[in-house]
Amino acid sequence: MSDTATSAVDIKAQSRGQNLRFYGIWVIAAIVLIVLPMIFSSGGSLTSFSLIGISIIFALSYNILLGQTGLLSFGHAVHYGLGGFLAIHAMNAVIARGWSIPLPLIPLVGGVGGLAIAIVVGWVITKRAGTVFAMISLGIGELVASSSLILRSVFGGESGVTTNRTDLPQVFGWNFGPQIQIYYLIAFWLMISAIAMYALTRTPLGRICNAVRDNPERVEFIGYDPHVVRYLAYCFAGFFAGIAGGLSAINFEIANSAYLGAVQSGIVLFATFIGGTAYFFGPILGAILVTYLQLGLTSVTTVWQLYFGVIFIGIVMFAPGGIAGLLMMHRPLVRAGSLGLMIPAYLIALVPTVALACGVILAIEIIARQHLPADAQIINLLGIPFSATSPATWLTSVILIVGGYFVARLTWQRIADAWDRATTIARDRGYLA
Amino acid sequence: MSAAIEVQAVEKRFGNVRIIQDLNLSVAKGERHAVIGPNGAGKSTTFNLISGHIAPTSGEIRLNGEVISGLRPFEINRRGLSRSFQVTNVFARMTVWENVRCAVLWATGHRYAFWKNVDELPEVRRRTAEILEDIHLFHRRDIPAGLLTYAEQRELEIGITIAGGADVILLDEPTAGMSHAETERAVALIRRLTEGRTLVIVEHDMSVVFGLADRISVLVYGRVIASGTPEEIRGNPKVKEAYLGEEAH
Ligand SMILES: Nc1ncnc2c1ncn2[C@@H]1O[C@H](COP(=O)(O)OP(=O)(O)O)[C@@H](O)[C@H]1O
Ligand SMILES: [Mg+2]
Repeated sequence: MSDTATSAVDIKAQSRGQNLRFYGIWVIAAIVLIVLPMIFSSGGSLTSFSLIGISIIFALSYNILLGQTGLLSFGHAVHYGLGGFLAIHAMNAVIARGWSIPLPLIPLVGGVGGLAIAIVVGWVITKRAGTVFAMISLGIGELVASSSLILRSVFGGESGVTTNRTDLPQVFGWNFGPQIQIYYLIAFWLMISAIAMYALTRTPLGRICNAVRDNPERVEFIGYDPHVVRYLAYCFAGFFAGIAGGLSAINFEIANSAYLGAVQSGIVLFATFIGGTAYFFGPILGAILVTYLQLGLTSVTTVWQLYFGVIFIGIVMFAPGGIAGLLMMHRPLVRAGSLGLMIPAYLIALVPTVALACGVILAIEIIARQHLPADAQIINLLGIPFSATSPATWLTSVILIVGGYFVARLTWQRIADAWDRATTIARDRGYLA
Repeated sequence: MSAAIEVQAVEKRFGNVRIIQDLNLSVAKGERHAVIGPNGAGKSTTFNLISGHIAPTSGEIRLNGEVISGLRPFEINRRGLSRSFQVTNVFARMTVWENVRCAVLWATGHRYAFWKNVDELPEVRRRTAEILEDIHLFHRRDIPAGLLTYAEQRELEIGITIAGGADVILLDEPTAGMSHAETERAVALIRRLTEGRTLVIVEHDMSVVFGLADRISVLVYGRVIASGTPEEIRGNPKVKEAYLGEEAH
């Protein structure tokens, strides 16, 4: 009995330690968010940071479903989009009626919009998990997206609904015209939302969400109705998606049907999965990477979706745990001090793997640019110009792909061997089960 | 005083196949009741019926006098009945600690709370630690349940079942696949943990059954052919013929 008492105290001390580390991480995150625009102050980076912040909230909200509760939704943008529309209409109403609601509170209106639709449709959608849930979410997504084009008075048809954010009541003398002010507004809501969503995972409901994800059948035998659990998770996901949508409406001063369509739903799934659903920070990494790629790739290639597809397939096949999963795989090695064995193997593999990737990129671009005007047929790869019509480019591509593949395969084998040695050490030292 | 469990004229069909026919079973409060019978007799199906996993085609099941047939498993669980599974049924990606803690949450009244920090609930923490000590898994608490050994998973299965503090416990072959030593340990554990509660256990090891049970029911082809004290069952010619006789070969 006294044994139990001491161990319960141990657990308590352990969770205290975790709490300290936990607060430390949030403080660092807040400082990074504050300092970031001081280091990268160009208009372009402010716009990128703002978009990234919004996608992080959106992806984290999606992971309440996918990673926490095991629900694969194809229609999450419904909540993002309707949150955005409600926020736009709220802003216009505030301007028209002269209400004294300041802009920083508008994202909350978006959240309420996302939550409201979740409360209404969620009960039916979450009745079942698995394929049934996925299909119904897809159906609802299509339904809402198509009605948005029909109900012109609410959704503004093709062109959408616009607003002017500077016409809202000012706070601290900020009129929220300049992008830097919008950035800080997004950063503020990002911190609040991320902390709230993390806290949610540490509540009784959050833990039971994981249990429903792992084994919904057994949950019924420990007193819980998995349907209610899924429904509540769905409502929270809808709420935070709505906040992201509201921020987007403020950022662009417009909401249109693209906000709630299948593409938007696909991108958030994509970002969350690439980042990794098993860890809270996974979707954050995924949202940063995907938004960055979206912004960067669209300006250098017309077939950026194709690259997204290739990356997605690669992650699903070779790293189903996403980036976070890849990183966390190395944690036992770091603790055991055997990570050093991996680094040379990684560095050696990098060269042929990059060569292989360059070959594939060349091949894709050659095909994609055949019918473009002559000046668009110059492929600029790592600073070297290649002509899409020249046989020399074809040859280079084939050599890079074939040669890169055969050399890379050898180096990948080295990685596998080094991995075996490093994990054996970690296991011997008790850092790996 | 009403019985803890009262199964009355229950029938269960899967399609046209009648798996359970005219099943009658009564388990008194505080009793340790063993259900035995050959493979495929319908023992697990009986547990599925009582715990609400499947609904009876006809008939009635009562828990402490209240009709529970037709209720969902979580409704029955909230009324004080908890069951384990013959095939281990845990939360594989969650740690051992989390597995037991989840099973403690409803019973401690925290339900779907999303405004409480789960790590700051002293009662939950204390009960989780206690159960883990009881099932000898405290030192394994940070391991994902899916990575436990088979015998450890069976013990966790029992831990999850008793964690909610239910008065009526149904254990479906808790010692199946265990070595002799593991079985002895598990039986001692079951004996201790179900002290003062009602236990219904499906078990194949006859020494365990006759050592543990106050009463025994013998199930053959979905029917209870005999129910009584161990002595009565041992001396029952129908049982000898249908079941124990075969075993003795
Ligand atoms: N869901 C089901 N659908 C169809 N048949 C089932 C189902 N569940 C169990 N059965 C059948 O019912 C019979 C009894 O099974 P079970 O209760 O598991 O037996 P026991 O636990 O006594 O070994 C078996 O023949 C089994 O195949
Ligand atoms: Mg069985």
